Amino acid sequence: MDAVATAFGLILDPYVLMVMGLAAVFGIFVGSIPGLTATMATALLVPVTFFMEPVPALAAIVTTTAMAIFAGDIPGALLRIPGTPASAAYTDESFAMTKKGQAELNLGTNLVFSALGGLVGTIVLITAAPALAELALNFSSFEYFWLACLGLTCAVFIAAEEPLKAIISLLIGLFVATIGIDPAAGFPRFTFGIVDLMGGVSFIPAMIGMFAVSEVLRGVVNLQGIGRPTQERIGNIFRGIGPVCARYWKNFVRGSVIGTLVGALPGAGADIAAWISYAVSKRFSKQPEKFGTGHIEGVVDATSANNSSLGSAWIPALVFGIPGDSITAIVIGVLYMKGMNPGPTVFLQNPQFIYAVFISFILANLLMVPLGWLAIKSSKQILNVPRNLLLPIILMFCIVGSFAITNSAYGIVIMLVAGVLGYLMEENGFPVAPAILGLVLGEMLEQNFMTSMIKSEGSFIAFFQRPIAGVLGVVTLAIWGLMIWRGLRRTQPVPQ
Amino acid sequence: MMKRRTFLASAAAASAVAGLGLRPAGAQAQWPTRPITMICPWGAGGGTDATARIVASLLEKELGQPVNVVNRTGGSGVVGHSAIATAAPDGYTIGMITVETNMMHWQGLTDLTYASYTPLALMNADPPGVQVRADSPYKTVKDLAEAIRANPGKFKASGTGQGGIWHLALAGWLQAMGLKPDAVAWVPSNGAAPAMQDLAAGGVDIVTCSVPEAKAMLDAGKARSLAVMAPQRNPAFPDIPTLKEAMGIDWTVAAWRGIAGPKGLPQLVVEKTIPLLKKIYDSKEFKEFMTNRGFGMVWAPGEEFARFMAEDDAKMGKVMKAVGIAKS
Repeated sequence: MDAVATAFGLILDPYVLMVMGLAAVFGIFVGSIPGLTATMATALLVPVTFFMEPVPALAAIVTTTAMAIFAGDIPGALLRIPGTPASAAYTDESFAMTKKGQAELNLGTNLVFSALGGLVGTIVLITAAPALAELALNFSSFEYFWLACLGLTCAVFIAAEEPLKAIISLLIGLFVATIGIDPAAGFPRFTFGIVDLMGGVSFIPAMIGMFAVSEVLRGVVNLQGIGRPTQERIGNIFRGIGPVCARYWKNFVRGSVIGTLVGALPGAGADIAAWISYAVSKRFSKQPEKFGTGHIEGVVDATSANNSSLGSAWIPALVFGIPGDSITAIVIGVLYMKGMNPGPTVFLQNPQFIYAVFISFILANLLMVPLGWLAIKSSKQILNVPRNLLLPIILMFCIVGSFAITNSAYGIVIMLVAGVLGYLMEENGFPVAPAILGLVLGEMLEQNFMTSMIKSEGSFIAFFQRPIAGVLGVVTLAIWGLMIWRGLRRTQPVPQ
Repeated sequence: MMKRRTFLASAAAASAVAGLGLRPAGAQAQWPTRPITMICPWGAGGGTDATARIVASLLEKELGQPVNVVNRTGGSGVVGHSAIATAAPDGYTIGMITVETNMMHWQGLTDLTYASYTPLALMNADPPGVQVRADSPYKTVKDLAEAIRANPGKFKASGTGQGGIWHLALAGWLQAMGLKPDAVAWVPSNGAAPAMQDLAAGGVDIVTCSVPEAKAMLDAGKARSLAVMAPQRNPAFPDIPTLKEAMGIDWTVAAWRGIAGPKGLPQLVVEKTIPLLKKIYDSKEFKEFMTNRGFGMVWAPGEEFARFMAEDDAKMGKVMKAVGIAKS
């Protein structure tokens, strides 16, 4: 208990609180600018934390990332630009709500459930870190292969009416993911000798292009009638949250649990957590037909999931020094630099620092509610800008964000090409979300498949031989079988 | 046309002479007069990035101009290394080059070699260790080597991508033992951390990454390190023997990092930078950082760095040809 008391003392120091306050503002700023991700915010913090004590350094990272993941929802809802990849899964849904005039309800829900989801992830981190880390450690390439397959299945669930078009869109994403150096053999593919293409198509500029630039293009094409702002004002964002809580508390629990589990797995983070929980939400909803039309239900699941995964991503990082996501990959470096070498011993050697991290997680999620409210209040000005002035500004943000990812004009080229492609796809009824998902999961799928095949010397049986892999494999194949069976039944002629 | 070019050339020459004569501390001598870019070919948060950032922050203090680290990632390092080599050699773009400099061209990914850079200083080198699972029956590297010799093709190892530095480390070791480089199957991974996880999960039998990269798993009691492929033991891990001590095999290799610029950096920039990098190398901050991260410290300035790279390049070429991933 002494360590806990010491930890409270460490966190409630005025300097630490000031650092957390500044980090929160920084996180909200970075999160709400498209292209600037939570991972990048953490990387930018590292040189600053060189000169800090361990507790403020870690508290700064914790606060920044929690705020950034929430703030990514704001431009997603208002402009259809996901501020961070973690918001991509439900950007369309949020934007549809804004168009229906429900921006308040959407942003309020995002804020409240981000904070609550974050708290769930923290509680799991505090109570179950060693046990969950042991579980996560059992995942090898076979298990990840099935997980990637399950993730791809989400594409079909997310898609609105036409599963076939969703699958085609998914395949486009998977194809684009094969550009670059082959992850298994190290051989360049589809690069035409261009050095930039060897690095592959980075998915954040592609995501910005497909969501935001395609929306800008649509705005340009329909320039008449868009001079008006979509919604006049944002009122009380907390109005209507009570009924949402009462009605969808199960979604919140389910989203948080999925987010926590996905976060604890090394190599899968907030973005994949949001995709999976959104798809699960639709699959088990009583009103799946409302998804995609501006329906709050899936948003509750997904916004809880991406914030809850943040806390649990620290589990494998702290216990085994294995990053749970790209943010904790950087955190591990900071831990080493501060002499808090990850490993089970970190809980014994420096318990007060670890408890201080836990407390800063809780504090950051509580701080999120007032600061997020301010951020939403100030961003409402965006809605008052006439669309014909807003479109060039959006495009400018897209360019800055895409450049920031590759540090070269290559990112901008990806964004523009993806934007035109996304526009053409959507005009012809192909949803873009599955393509993004294919791009995100393509490398994970290929790498783990190839690795597994090398390990098993070409035998497919190995994909079912390990207990967890076997269960995941059977579940995946059962879902696919069910989908095909339903699809066949639907296409059979119905007697008139 | 000819006339004009001659005129321009002589004008340039004249002004250069004038510059040298009248202002000994002319425009060039005042380098740097604006911010410097330091390119890092690997992602934010990794070891190379962290090293580049600490060097940049210390260099900034010495030079009095901002030194900005820019990550140009992807393509197994080709993108960033190309960006360093093809930058204007004016001293305003430098970068951190890594061991892949001596590997990418053998693989046919690029035409750039170590000769495409102006070497400034080698600052770090990490030798690989031989790690096995904690419950592995092999207690010494000799036991493991005998088991590999008795069952070629049975064992699986990982640590990085196909043809990556830790793959070559394994292949070179097997070759030095008189075995074929594929006597142990290589399972490509996304880096050392996922490979160590796969080792603990039972997916592979051996991981040949650097010992600091394996440290968390070693501390957690999930893995054991049997030997290091280095000339000396690592002072931070005094109990792990070298390959030479354990089985009399003289195979050493290392993943290294150094600061370099594009070929043809002005002599002035080179002369000014190398002593500053030496000062940084000797500084308390840099030492503390390297020790905390467990990174090995090695110093080789300018020409010495170039000789080191030439030797390393020949070694890499030999192993890569044996593995069958070299194109030429």
